[in-house]
Amino acid sequence: MTLATATNEHLAHISNVLIYSSMAVYTLAFFAHIAEWLFGSRSKVARTAQALTAKGEQGAGAATAPAVTVQTAGGTAVLERPKVVTRSAAGARDVPDGPGAHGGDEQGDLYGRIAVSLTVVAWAVEAAGVLARALSVERAPWGNMYEFNITFSTVAVGVYLALLALKKNVRWMGLFLVTTVLLDLGLAVTVLYTASDQLVPALHSYWLYIHVSTAILCGAIFYVGAVSTLLYLFKDSYENKLAGGGKPGRFATSVLERLPASASLDKFSYRVNAAVFPLWTFTIIAGAIWAGDAWGRYWGWDPKETWAFITWVAYACYLHARATAGWKGRKAAYIALIAFACWLFNYYGVNIFVSGKHSYAGV
Amino acid sequence: MSTTDTGKTTEPDAAGELGAAGSQLSTAPVETAMPGSFGGSRTPGAIGWITWTGREIVGWARWFWRQLTSMRVALILLFLLSLGAIPGSLIPQSGTDAQKVADFKDRHSLLGPVYDKLGLFHVYSSVWFSAIYILLFVSLIGCIVPRTWQFVGQLRGRPPGAPKRLTRLPAYATWRTESAPEEVREAALKVLKQRRFRAHLDGDAVAAEKGYLRETGNLLFHIALVVMLVAFAWGQLFKSEGNKLIVEGGGFSNTLLQYDDFKSGNLFSNDDLTPFSFDLKNFTGTYERTGPNKGTPRTYQAEVTYSEGAYGKPRKKTIKVNEPLEIGDSKVYLVSHGYAPVVTVRDGKGEVVFHQPVPLLPLDANVTSQGAIKVMDGYRNAQGRSEQLGFSAFFVPTFAGAGKGTMFSQFPALDFPVLAVSGFHGSLGVDSGLPQNVYQLDTSKMKQFKDAKGAILKARLLPGETMKLPDGAGSITFDKDVKEWAGFQVTQQPGSDWALVGAFVAIFGLAGSLFIQRRRVWVRATPGTDGVTVVEMAGLGRSESAKLPEELGDLAALVHEQAPSAPEPGPDTPGSDQDTPDPHAVSAAEGAEKQ
Ligand code: HEM
Repeated sequence: MTLATATNEHLAHISNVLIYSSMAVYTLAFFAHIAEWLFGSRSKVARTAQALTAKGEQGAGAATAPAVTVQTAGGTAVLERPKVVTRSAAGARDVPDGPGAHGGDEQGDLYGRIAVSLTVVAWAVEAAGVLARALSVERAPWGNMYEFNITFSTVAVGVYLALLALKKNVRWMGLFLVTTVLLDLGLAVTVLYTASDQLVPALHSYWLYIHVSTAILCGAIFYVGAVSTLLYLFKDSYENKLAGGGKPGRFATSVLERLPASASLDKFSYRVNAAVFPLWTFTIIAGAIWAGDAWGRYWGWDPKETWAFITWVAYACYLHARATAGWKGRKAAYIALIAFACWLFNYYGVNIFVSGKHSYAGV
Repeated sequence: MSTTDTGKTTEPDAAGELGAAGSQLSTAPVETAMPGSFGGSRTPGAIGWITWTGREIVGWARWFWRQLTSMRVALILLFLLSLGAIPGSLIPQSGTDAQKVADFKDRHSLLGPVYDKLGLFHVYSSVWFSAIYILLFVSLIGCIVPRTWQFVGQLRGRPPGAPKRLTRLPAYATWRTESAPEEVREAALKVLKQRRFRAHLDGDAVAAEKGYLRETGNLLFHIALVVMLVAFAWGQLFKSEGNKLIVEGGGFSNTLLQYDDFKSGNLFSNDDLTPFSFDLKNFTGTYERTGPNKGTPRTYQAEVTYSEGAYGKPRKKTIKVNEPLEIGDSKVYLVSHGYAPVVTVRDGKGEVVFHQPVPLLPLDANVTSQGAIKVMDGYRNAQGRSEQLGFSAFFVPTFAGAGKGTMFSQFPALDFPVLAVSGFHGSLGVDSGLPQNVYQLDTSKMKQFKDAKGAILKARLLPGETMKLPDGAGSITFDKDVKEWAGFQVTQQPGSDWALVGAFVAIFGLAGSLFIQRRRVWVRATPGTDGVTVVEMAGLGRSESAKLPEELGDLAALVHEQAPSAPEPGPDTPGSDQDTPDPHAVSAAEGAEKQ
C-alpha cells in the first residue's frame, strides 16, 4: 500500500495569501472603475438621441437611407488604396457606439486606465495563487468547487484582458466583470473553501485536464457573452424608447449612453457565443469519453451530464434563433441568457442541490 | 443574416433590391406562408369532391411537412428538448437509482403514481421525450435532404450576377482608371481566382463567391447529429452490461451464467458475448491517511491475468478506475470493491464444513460491511441430523465503537479488522426455488443460537478468533486472512465508435459552419462619360461578418495595382449618383468593425 503524496501545506498557505491579496487589488480596481463611471457621468453627450431623432427629421425618404462609414483601410504602405464604404442593412438602427465608461471625460479615462492596470496586477496575483494551489496538490487546480471558482474567475479575467490586448472594444465591461469576480472570489474563500487535497480515483485521468479546462474556459467566455447580451437588452430598450419619442431616466441615460450601440453589443455577444459553441460541444464529448472510461458508459443522464446537454441545446437554440425570421434580436438574446443560466445552474445548482456521480470531495 | 435571405416578409429590401444576387447565400429553409384552401375550386359531383379532397389532403400534408421542416419548428422542438430533459435531472430515475425511486414513491403517495403515469421516473425513455427527439430528427432529416440538393445546385451553378446598384451593398469601393473595362475585368477575375473565389464574367461585371465550406460544414454537422443518434440507438438495441463480483484468487469467463446480474438491449443475443476469461490476482486500494479528507480513496487497482477466446495466451493487466480492460467489443471496468473475510465453520466433531472467503457488501465510505455466511450442506448438528447454518456477518476494516452496542469502521483500510457474527440453524430456504439474495439471510425457517442464559449468541471476532456454538453444535472461526474483492462491470456497446466519429465530424462541421463566412464580391467596370473606366467593387456577406469590408479593401487594392486611379477630373465624379454615400457621416454600419 503506497501512501498518497502528502500535500504541501506551505504552498497551499502561500496560495491562500495570494488569493486574498488579489481580492484586495481587485477591490482597488473596483473603486477605480467606480471613479471612472462617476467622472464619466459629467459628460452630457446624448449621441443616441441625436442619431435617432436627426434621422426622423430628414423625412420619410431619407429615413430609410442607412448611414455609411468610410474605412481607412489597412494602414499599409499601399498608396491611394481605394476606400471602402460600408453601410448597414436597411431597417437597422444606426446609432454610434458610446465612448466607454469614462464618457469622454479625461479624468474618467485616467481612472479607467488605472482600473485596467490594477486588474492586470490583480489577475497576475490571482493566477499565481491558482498556480501555487496547483503545485501544492501536484495536480490541476480544479478538484473541488473552491478550486473551480478561483480558476474560473482567473480565466474569465484572462479572457477579458486578452480581448483588450487584441484591441477589442471591451473596456466598458470592466466594472461588471470586476464586481462579479469579487463576488465569485468572496464566495470561494468563505463558503466553498476546501483545504488542498488529492483526488479520488475517478478523477485520475488526463481527460480531467482536457474536459475540465475546456469547461472552465467555455464558462468564462459564455460569461463574457452573457454580460454583453444583458447590456444589449438594456441598450436596445433604451434606443427603442428614444426612437419612439420617449424620454429615458437620467441614470439610464448616463449609463447607457456610454456603452456601445445595441447593434454592436448584439454582434459582439453573437461572436463570443458562436466562437465557444464548438468548444463547448467538444467539452461535452470529452466528458462522455471520460465517462466511458471511468464509469463504463458514455452517457448516463447523470444530472451534470443532463445539464451540460441542456446548456448545449439552449445555445443551439440561440444560434438557430439568429437564423430564424422573427426570432432575431431580443428574443434570441433572451434565449442566450437562458442558456447561460443553464450553464450557471450546472455549475452551482447541480453541485449543491442535486446529488449525482459528479459530486466529489466536499462539494 | 439580414440581407441574405430570400422571401422574408420582414426584409423586403433584401429580395427587392438585390434580387438574385442576394439569394441563397445560405441554404436555410424559406419561411412558408400560412395555409389557405389547397383544394381550389370544386367541380360538382362525386369526382369533383374526390379530386378536391385529394388536393386538399396533399396540400395539408405538404403544409404540415413544410412546417415540420421549417427553422421555426426546429427551434421550438429544440427548446422542448431542453425543457424535457430537465425533470429527469431533478426527479430520481429508475435507470440510475431504483432505490431512490422507491423511496420517493414511499414518501409521496400522491405524486408517485402521477409521476409514474407521466413516465417521470424514466424520462429519457418515456414516450413524450422520445416523441420530441424523434420529431426533431425527422425534422432534421427533412431539412438536410433538400438543403443538400440545393447546395449541390449552388455548387454546380455559378455565383449570381451583379445587382444593378452596387452602392447599395454593405461594402463598396469605387475609383476611375485609364485601363480599359475588359482589362479591369480580366485583372479582377485573376485576382479573385487567386484568392480562391469562384469567379466568372457576367456581362459588365465579375461575379465571385467564396466560403462554400461554411455550408458544407453546416450540413456535415447536421448529418453527424443523425449519425450520432443512429449509433446511439444501435448501441441501445445491441448493448449488454453485466456485473460480476470476484474475490482475489477467483476468476470469470464471459458467459451469461457467470454473471451476478445482466442487462441487455432488445436485439442482443447471447452469441454476441465476446469470449474471454480473466482471474483476479490482487486488488489494491489506498486511502488518504491524514487531513480533512482522511479516508478518501486515492487509488484502486485490480491486477488480473486474462486470455482472449477459449484458449488464448494468458496476459497480465492492471485495471484501474479510468482504465478498463478492452477485449474486442467488450470492456471490463472496475466499479466497486470490498472485503471478503475468510471464515471456517466446523461441525460438532470438529470437521471443517465450510472454509472460504465471504464477500461482504460495503455500507459506507469506511467500508463498514454486512453480509451473510451460508453453510448449505455437509453440516450435521450435535444429534447427527443434517441441517443448514446461517450467520449474519458484520465487518469493519478499522474497528471503532469499543464498549458500545454498535461498532463501525473509522477507516477504509485493513488496520484493525473485526468480524461480528451471530448464528442461525434450520433451513436457509434456498430450496424453495425463489432466487435468494446472497448477502441476506432468510431466517423465517431458522432458529437463532442462544447462549446458556438464553441471550442471543454473538461475538466480535478478531482474526484468528473462534466463536463456539452452544451444545456442541460446532464453531465458526474468523481466519487470519481477509481477502479483498472487486466488482467488475463488463459492457459491450456496439456503435460507440460511430458515435465518436459522428461527434468529431460534428465539431469540425460546426467549426466550419461558425467560423467560415460565405460572401460574394462583384467587380463592375464600365466606360464612364469622359472615356475613363469606372471601377466599382462591392461585397455581400452575413451581417455578423466583420471581415467583409477589410477583405474588400484588400481585393480592391490588388485590382487597383493593375488598374491604377486616373487623375481626378473635378468635383463631378462619374459613377456617382444620388446614392453615393457621404463619407463624412461617421456612424455605426452593419458589418463594420468598430474599435
Ligand atoms: C438536432 C437538432 C439540431 C441541432 C442541435 C442543431 C444545431 C445547429 C447549430 C448549433 C447551428 C449553428 C451553426 C450555424 O449557425 O451556422 C445550426 C445551424 C443551422 N441549422 Fe440546425 N440544428 C438542429 C436541427 C435543425 C433542423 C431540424 C433544421 C431544419 C429546419 C436545422 C437547420 C439549420 C440551418 C439552416 C442552420 C444554418 C443557419 C445559418 O445559416 O446560420 N437544424 N444548427
